[in-house]
Amino acid sequence: MKSLAELQALRDQMKNKIGIRHDSDTNIRVVVGMATCGIAAGARPVLQAFTEEVAKRNLTHVSVQQTGCIGICQYEPVVEVYAPDQEKVTYVKVTPEMVPTIVTNHIVNGTPVTEYTIGASGK
Amino acid sequence: MYRSHILVCGGTGCTSSGSERIITAFEKELAATGLTQEVKVIKTGCFGLCALGPVVVVYPEGAFYSQVKPEDIPEIVEEHLIKGRIVKRLLYSETVEDNAVKSLNETDFYKKQVRVALRNCGVINPEDINEYIAYDGYMALGKVLTEMTPEQVIQTILDSGLRGRGGGGFPTGRKWSFAAAQPKGQKYVCCNADEGDPGAFMDRSVLEGDPHVVIEAMAIAGYAIGASQGYIYVRAEYPIAVKRLQIAIGQAREMGLLGKDILGTGFDFDLDIRLGAGAFVCGEETALMTSIEGHRGEPRPRPPFPAVKGLFGKPTVLNNVETYANIPRIILNGADWFRSMGTEKSKGTKVFALGGKIHNTGLVEVPMGTTLREIVEEIGGGIPNGKKFKAAQTGGPSGGCIPAEHLDIPVDYDNLIAIGSMMGSGGLIVMDEDTCMVDIAKFFLEFTVDESCGKCTPCRIGTKRLYELLDKITKGKATMDDLDKLEKLCYHIKENALCGLGQTAPNPVLSTLKYFRDEYIAHIVDKKCPAGVCKALLTVQILPDKCKGCTICARNCPTGAITGKVKEPHVIDPDKCVKCGVCIEKCRFGAIVKK
Repeated sequence: MKSLAELQALRDQMKNKIGIRHDSDTNIRVVVGMATCGIAAGARPVLQAFTEEVAKRNLTHVSVQQTGCIGICQYEPVVEVYAPDQEKVTYVKVTPEMVPTIVTNHIVNGTPVTEYTIGASGK
Repeated sequence: MYRSHILVCGGTGCTSSGSERIITAFEKELAATGLTQEVKVIKTGCFGLCALGPVVVVYPEGAFYSQVKPEDIPEIVEEHLIKGRIVKRLLYSETVEDNAVKSLNETDFYKKQVRVALRNCGVINPEDINEYIAYDGYMALGKVLTEMTPEQVIQTILDSGLRGRGGGGFPTGRKWSFAAAQPKGQKYVCCNADEGDPGAFMDRSVLEGDPHVVIEAMAIAGYAIGASQGYIYVRAEYPIAVKRLQIAIGQAREMGLLGKDILGTGFDFDLDIRLGAGAFVCGEETALMTSIEGHRGEPRPRPPFPAVKGLFGKPTVLNNVETYANIPRIILNGADWFRSMGTEKSKGTKVFALGGKIHNTGLVEVPMGTTLREIVEEIGGGIPNGKKFKAAQTGGPSGGCIPAEHLDIPVDYDNLIAIGSMMGSGGLIVMDEDTCMVDIAKFFLEFTVDESCGKCTPCRIGTKRLYELLDKITKGKATMDDLDKLEKLCYHIKENALCGLGQTAPNPVLSTLKYFRDEYIAHIVDKKCPAGVCKALLTVQILPDKCKGCTICARNCPTGAITGKVKEPHVIDPDKCVKCGVCIEKCRFGAIVKK
């Protein structure tokens, strides 16, 4: 390491890798249903897709978590996004292909992808 | 990118309760479930709650599992990591309230703590310099080298009010300015990691949990005083700390954060480790430096002080591990930030190693001025088995006892000295009503007699005589004249011993005499040990009206001292009885007592 700037660059890069070790109210939580129904419907690739997408964009304020069955097994894989000061958004029948759109439109730009949500699915 | 981090404590406490096996079990289970790419296992330093080890924290949820066993791992992986259901039965019970999971920082143990020196312990992987850097590691060194003059660095430390955390409480900035004022040339920076006080383990935990903070701070000190070489003197009894320091120094060198031309600023600084061989006296600064030089570790008179003539006769700054652990934060956050914590003359925070008769044995860091009551009752969780607080011992063999009447004093350097104890390195041993104060004084004197280096007479012979007098008292053979002699000898040693260790060796006696003189008198005049500890003064008796004659005591007595017929009261033969207390434990009727 030859300069302070190099050290700062390394710090910023490393910070992303440890971001999840902070409890913070400003974090956005992406919660993937991972009960038997969710896993059977393919929740694991969805979870992985979220983790990768979040990492790729250096979104240190986003944590990807799992949860159990919320009771709408026919809609699995179910993904819920909790952003501070916003109502929870529930995405249903999520596929890994849908993940980049959800991350870009909703998590980064704050606009939920309505057509993937549970409200749109019933119609 | 990992979606989850499992932090497993790898401090000495949790390592001895089996955290290595926990890590292996996690790795095996994660491999079996195909989660290795998603979940990362990290070995960290001490979380502080050593009594509840092994400790495991799972992020992003921040679930705090305590006393985890290898058999629990499949359940944590299956439930928590696969299905996202926190395993409540394994959570630290304080974090569960009304069936909801609380943040660890809201628990009694953590909520009053302010972690400055321990901030990275239990948070980062101490064997990975990148994690230290992620938490602003080496940024203070970078700031110092690029933006500050050595004078400004010293002024910042002076302004912060930081005092030596090894026990003496000498202002760190003053020490640095003395060394800096010496003519240019070879100077040294040393770190005292020869933590020898019984019951103190904060320095060990910093080295194990955050070794880079010490390296960074020593480099800052080197820049401030104009030294290019440093030594860390660490006791060989701390193998994990030594190993992590070696790894840390290696990584820092590899990254160019130690060595020549650090960060392209032209500043050179390198570090070496020297191992202590377990002599308590080597924690005394002049003896420590003599030992680094390769000689037998014996103190020498001061002045000249190390800042003028220290290691190899050169100007030297020697600070304790915890002192160094505060430096980078002071540089980054400023002197005012540090001054905002603590009392008028003691700024910042202090780490205490809680031990003895207390629920939460472990490591806590609180702002100076926190009362002893808050530390013992709130953070420490009070005394087990409904016993009463009798006294707390601070400062190890150099310190003294603080009785219950002083529980509400704000703990800082000056207040502790005013009541006859001292901060010391921060060991805090809690004693309940079953502790005999004469016995405690004897315990510490036994330690000092063992550890006296023998160079000066007051310490070598004086402590031995002190011990003999105490022994006489605990055996009920002393007179009131002996008590006077004991006290006189204490002051004599205090005034005449060569080094700090000898001068403070009588403190355990003096402070117990000050607050618990009646216990000494009870031993001498009444030939009784009020706490029921000193065996020579005890008799074990069977209360005839309570004894049912069940014979269980007689069957369990290792010396065959108990006789009696079935269904008739038994008796103990005092000549055969060794007062081991087995019969008291075994009796179901509470019919056997120590008197």
